Amino acid sequence: MDLYEHQARELFEAHGIVVPRAEVTDSAKEAREIARRLGGRAVVKAQVKTGGRGKAGGVKLAADPAAVEQTARRILGMDIRGHRVGKVMVAEPVDIEREFYVSYVLDRAAGGFLAIASAEGGMEIEEVAAQRPEAVARIPVDPKEGVTSAVAARIAAAAGLPERTADVLMRLWQVLVREDALLVEVNPLVLTRQGRILALDGKVTLDDNARFRQARWAADTVEHDDRLEAAAAARGLNYVKLDGQVGVIGNGAGLVMSTLDVVAGCGARPANFLDIGGGASARVMADGLSVILSDPDVKSVLVNVFGGITACDAVADGIVQAVETVKPTRPLVVRLDGNNAARGRAILDEHAHPLVHQATTMDGAAQRAADLANAS
Amino acid sequence: MAIFLTKESKVLVQGMTGAEGMKHTRRMLAAGTQVVGGVNPRKAGQSVDFDDRGVPVFGSVREGMEATGAGVSVVFVPPAFAKAAVIEAADAGIGLAVVITEGIPVHDAVAFTSHAKYAKGGATRIIGPNCPGLISPGQSNAGIIPADITKPGRIGLVSKSGTLTYQLMYELRDIGFSSCVGIGGDPVVGTTHIDCLEAFENDPDTELIVLIGEIGGDAEERAAAYIREHVTKPVVGYVAGFTAPEGKTMGHAGAIVSGSSGTAQAKKEALEAVGVRVGSTPTETARLALEAIGG
Repeated sequence: MDLYEHQARELFEAHGIVVPRAEVTDSAKEAREIARRLGGRAVVKAQVKTGGRGKAGGVKLAADPAAVEQTARRILGMDIRGHRVGKVMVAEPVDIEREFYVSYVLDRAAGGFLAIASAEGGMEIEEVAAQRPEAVARIPVDPKEGVTSAVAARIAAAAGLPERTADVLMRLWQVLVREDALLVEVNPLVLTRQGRILALDGKVTLDDNARFRQARWAADTVEHDDRLEAAAAARGLNYVKLDGQVGVIGNGAGLVMSTLDVVAGCGARPANFLDIGGGASARVMADGLSVILSDPDVKSVLVNVFGGITACDAVADGIVQAVETVKPTRPLVVRLDGNNAARGRAILDEHAHPLVHQATTMDGAAQRAADLANAS
Repeated sequence: MAIFLTKESKVLVQGMTGAEGMKHTRRMLAAGTQVVGGVNPRKAGQSVDFDDRGVPVFGSVREGMEATGAGVSVVFVPPAFAKAAVIEAADAGIGLAVVITEGIPVHDAVAFTSHAKYAKGGATRIIGPNCPGLISPGQSNAGIIPADITKPGRIGLVSKSGTLTYQLMYELRDIGFSSCVGIGGDPVVGTTHIDCLEAFENDPDTELIVLIGEIGGDAEERAAAYIREHVTKPVVGYVAGFTAPEGKTMGHAGAIVSGSSGTAQAKKEALEAVGVRVGSTPTETARLALEAIGG
């Protein structure tokens, strides 16, 4: 789960990393009040989970509380790369002397975390990394040792950062480990004209698998902009809305991704990704199908199941249940193979719904579903 | 021969007494796996009946190994306790730990995979986590892969994805497999595509290797580099996720595309550049494999 800047800021603060004074709000009027509390002049920052916010006009300095209100009014509701701005952070302005970059990120190949640091932080860090890789230090962190003061000093020295940043590097490692984060990034970490080291902006990605032991954020739910994604999440389904016409449902992320590709290869576009997982019950199948059939973009539905643990007869029961409750008006193509496939096919044969077609192969099923979507 | 797992392998099940552990231990036994014990400190000394066979429960992996000579452990322990269970297995020096458990925090996977590199001189190979395990058809099955899809044969298969593994096993069921390894789709796994390529290259019973990948990370690109240098046997590939949108996670924690690296297209090109024939669908991949093996 990606956090908003203001949530990342809270985590940094909780672990003793110094951040600028700031408050978050969804109201322009309140933004004015916050600016007054901060001393008048303030930066208004759109809270969106995407990069390029500054370049899109989502970060503005305003001279006084009235200007802050005006600026907040302009930024709230703005669309930044497809993300609607629902909240702004109003923060005290900072006199920047130098900007640095520091992060810990998962290095899959090494099976551990990597410290990345540069004395040239700021908006252009990606260009710096691409054009002058020597300006960016990359140091693997031993998972047993972690980032001790000696390790932090080594990272700071390798990147040419002031020694005083070592404290931030140690604390940032604590954020990563204690909060079960997969990414913690401070960009920029600034040295102010007054000589303070401040985390001006940050990104944190938390590991959803760690919810069970993270009381602080366990209750937070991922926000879904999309109505169908929200409905699917409420039923515990792994669903992603896409922009095509063939609804796709299957078992296992790999097989479903593959099914999307095969549909695309048949001249149609998938309307969604939906993985019912391993060992799914009839209920899960029925729930999944209901979500897909409530999508007005869907012209046909492809059910592709290879039963490993999942029993195809349970899948067939789920299809029958869904068809009886939802009363679909669009055709379904069903391919069942593997565990109890013969019983599953027999259940569908017996039910003989005019809109439910069976196919014997994955490619054949995808072609049929694509043709049906294109013909409607 | 097969890789990592043969009919001689003696298997312990950590978490055998839980619901998933019971269900799959029964299936493993039915597939001919030598399951010689379970591990649960609270039920040590008991025995669990699977149909007509009693399987003893040991208090620790070490006890189980000492009593039975087991060299493999299959882990069904819930996410909160999986890290301790895998570290226990590595400290006991077991040869292979197959971690089926889904939903293990990444920090825990980092901890146990890095621990296993040093514990007992790196004696333990970890497969997984969040994987279906591995099967050497006709010999042994360690995990949750259905044993009745296919038979022993000449193809070695390695995949991140469980159901795609089953699909390819099914498509190529008439040729059969030496071993099929589901390495798991999590960002940090103990055994990589490269480890399996190396083992299949050295396995006299494997004539052809099928490599299945999916978007996210750069494991397939690294596998391609390894193939160029070290693999002489024919390799047929498949990559899932061409139509996955950028920045969206589709189920596997590992299947996240960010920017251009890690895309299905990049992986396909990397594999093709080293002479791997890559199918555009699982079925076409199976056809390419048939052509390559002359079956």
